[in-house]
Amino acid sequence: MRSDGSQSAPLGLKIAAACGLLFLHLPILLIFVYAFTTEEKSFVWPPPGLTTQWFAVTWNRPDVWQALSLSVRVAAISTAIALVLGTLCAAAVSRTKFFGRETISLLVILPIALPGIITGIALRSAFSLADIPFSFWTIVLGHATFCVVVVYNNAVARFRRSSGSMIEASMDLGADGFQTFRYVVLPNIATALLAGGMLAFALSFDEVIVTTFTAGQQQTVPIWMLEELIRPRQRPVTNVVAMVVVLVTLLPILLAYYLTRDGDQIAGSGK
Amino acid sequence: MTSAVSFQKVSRHFGSVRAVDAVDLDIVPGEFFAMLGPSGSGKTTCLRLIAGFEQPTSGSISIFGERAEGVPPYRRNVNTVFQDYALFPHLNVLDNVAYGLMVKGVGKAERQKAAEEALSLVRLPGYGARRPGQLSGGQRQRVALARALVNQPKVLLLDEPLGALDLKLRENMQEELKSLQKALGITFIFVTHDQGEALSMADRVAVFNDGKIMQIGTPEDIYQRPKTRFVADFVGSSNVLPPDFVQRYSGQHRWGSLRPESIRIGRAAKGEGVAARLVGTNYLGATTKLALDAEGLRLHAIVPAGTKLPAEGEAVVLTFNREHLHLMDEPA
Repeated sequence: MRSDGSQSAPLGLKIAAACGLLFLHLPILLIFVYAFTTEEKSFVWPPPGLTTQWFAVTWNRPDVWQALSLSVRVAAISTAIALVLGTLCAAAVSRTKFFGRETISLLVILPIALPGIITGIALRSAFSLADIPFSFWTIVLGHATFCVVVVYNNAVARFRRSSGSMIEASMDLGADGFQTFRYVVLPNIATALLAGGMLAFALSFDEVIVTTFTAGQQQTVPIWMLEELIRPRQRPVTNVVAMVVVLVTLLPILLAYYLTRDGDQIAGSGK
Repeated sequence: MTSAVSFQKVSRHFGSVRAVDAVDLDIVPGEFFAMLGPSGSGKTTCLRLIAGFEQPTSGSISIFGERAEGVPPYRRNVNTVFQDYALFPHLNVLDNVAYGLMVKGVGKAERQKAAEEALSLVRLPGYGARRPGQLSGGQRQRVALARALVNQPKVLLLDEPLGALDLKLRENMQEELKSLQKALGITFIFVTHDQGEALSMADRVAVFNDGKIMQIGTPEDIYQRPKTRFVADFVGSSNVLPPDFVQRYSGQHRWGSLRPESIRIGRAAKGEGVAARLVGTNYLGATTKLALDAEGLRLHAIVPAGTKLPAEGEAVVLTFNREHLHLMDEPA
């Protein structure tokens, strides 16, 4: 079988592919459509009428703003922590050889391989053992565990591709450690960090499982949505928020993809 | 006179591996100095000790009279041309060359002017706006050279500088490096495993093996008067002759060496000389290399192209001028 561009695929295959894609993406479109429906108690198809009133209603709901604000703050701080720790760890693992290097590499990646529920339970029991009350910071800690992995994977891939003698060349030409980092290391890993950071932000923003175990009374956006679905009134508000979440998380992931598509993979995007 | 670089009993051990083992070395200012040896012989570690990327396990190093131990690479007036060139991919050629001046705080206009001049020096004027990725291997090599020279180092270190270039380019660069060194008067120290390169470019050569210097001398010294079997064999593939053989021709029981081009071939019937058999011929263009078997001793001879040769397998007689038989210091 040959796959030169000129040859057209059989009709059956085209239909199957179209059905597959529709199955994946039609439900997302439905969410958008229901954000405009006039029926607030249940989702009926077709929508009895279209309205934009739910945007105004959402805008005026303080609980939505609280959830959004919490999610953004958690994602921003977890990402910041991950950027620092992930980069340092990647630099250590890819630049030097030391006893236990492979083990450390594995341990860093482990949180993303483990099911979120395990991470969640582990953190929850650890917090209660140490008598740490649930707070904003416990959520941040939970999210940082997998955000670090994403940044680490991206940074490690970039470090491996860049020539090790570049740092020596910089030192040789008179740059001290700080100048070398500022003028040589950072510019070379910047796009990898940006990609890793955005991915980490997006992952943190829609995380449910670990958050359920590490949050107290606070609600991040996904948790707020789960609660909202049980209530009988103003259902389309959830859909409006869902639209915002799609935009907030999809854009960074797309950007990350375009920034690193030359050779690098967005490592860890499977979470 | 102060040496450009001086090693006193310098060792660098990695665990149980003695990469550099008690090396003494004095390099004269303005000299073109080659460190020659097979891979793993310690020559690159020596270069890295001078650059400051390695610290000696014991012994002392001084550069123009100043103690170098503990001085980081960025405070040494020494610059390196790396084997893989190590150009910064995110900077254009001009910024690459100006990098050393930039981190020293030289103003933008001034450092760009200096970088342009350095690029002209390596015959790449006007290439400043390009990215390293857009250059050929030979051009990258020149940029790496300009980037090192722009800092006006007292010593320039070159790590296998021509290793990645093709033959024609390599020959051009050899001549160019040599004339550049003469014009600038900077001490050049270069590491190579190619004996032809070392002999043709350097004022003096140090031959390394197993972390030790086997011999230091002018190219002629090294080539004509090797002190040990290793040097004779590594530099120019000399015929190494065992003491028993040497005793028959010189009366002394010592190891000897005989250059392949010193051996003449005669017909077996023609009387005295070393009886041998022609095992193989290897046509090299200007010369032909002959493999010979003299009663179990493998010898090589090089004769000018066009010499009338006996057929392979035929018996021949080898003759050579007694003066060309060099006796080595190595104990028998």
